[in-house]
Amino acid sequence: MTCEEAAIICNKEQYKEATFTEKFKLIVHLFFCKTCSKFSKKNSELTSLCKKAHLHALPEKDKVKMKKEIEGKI
Amino acid sequence: MAEHQLHPETWVDKYADYLFNYAVGRISDAEVAKDLVQETFFAGLKSAANYKGTAAERTWLIAILKRKVIDYYRKINSNKGKAEVRMGYSSQMDADGDWLEEQVADPLSILENDDIENEELGLAIQECISKLPQKQSLVFSMKTIQGMDTEDICKELGINPSNLWVMIHRARTALMDCLNKNWF
Repeated sequence: MTCEEAAIICNKEQYKEATFTEKFKLIVHLFFCKTCSKFSKKNSELTSLCKKAHLHALPEKDKVKMKKEIEGKI
Repeated sequence: MAEHQLHPETWVDKYADYLFNYAVGRISDAEVAKDLVQETFFAGLKSAANYKGTAAERTWLIAILKRKVIDYYRKINSNKGKAEVRMGYSSQMDADGDWLEEQVADPLSILENDDIENEELGLAIQECISKLPQKQSLVFSMKTIQGMDTEDICKELGINPSNLWVMIHRARTALMDCLNKNWF
């Protein structure tokens, strides 16, 4: 497995969307690859930061509405 | 020559979520928070002529939003006639002992600090998200903040899953970089 593939699986894992086989392959890869295991650690850190921050976002359709109203006033 | 210029056509994409997070932190009602963000944009447009360009767009908009939040609390208080302060000596009716002592803040409690820090963290993350290319920030926010399914996002944006994961990867890498500089 290449590092690019490992990174994609690692990202999927952040959203709990990696399959069992993928996870297994990733763990094996991380065992041998220093760069990827560093990336993996940082990536999980980002996930936990995002969780901790209780982020909010406006739904896309509200934004589209807002944009239209602003454009009407420019 | 002014350092900064206003670009109202990019406001929603760049600052809506940032301002929304700020507002939700102060007014827990999401609907009201959304309205305040919209009012902030309108007020910004109205007074765009007064913008001197010494502050960055974001700073300027957040200053307007701060006023809007204060105005909001003033308004709901004046609707009631006047500000009402309801206070009981103790929320635990069965507590015995010295009521005053029971009200003293717990110096060992770190909960309050945590809340403040988490809000600052949230704004720092939003700031970093708004620096991403628009498509990446959109995909990242749909996936991470709104927690949408990969399939739904792909349908809505007309992309395939491998596109999506590449964009997520770029977004996450950029965010790690940005947070490394601005947060740690």
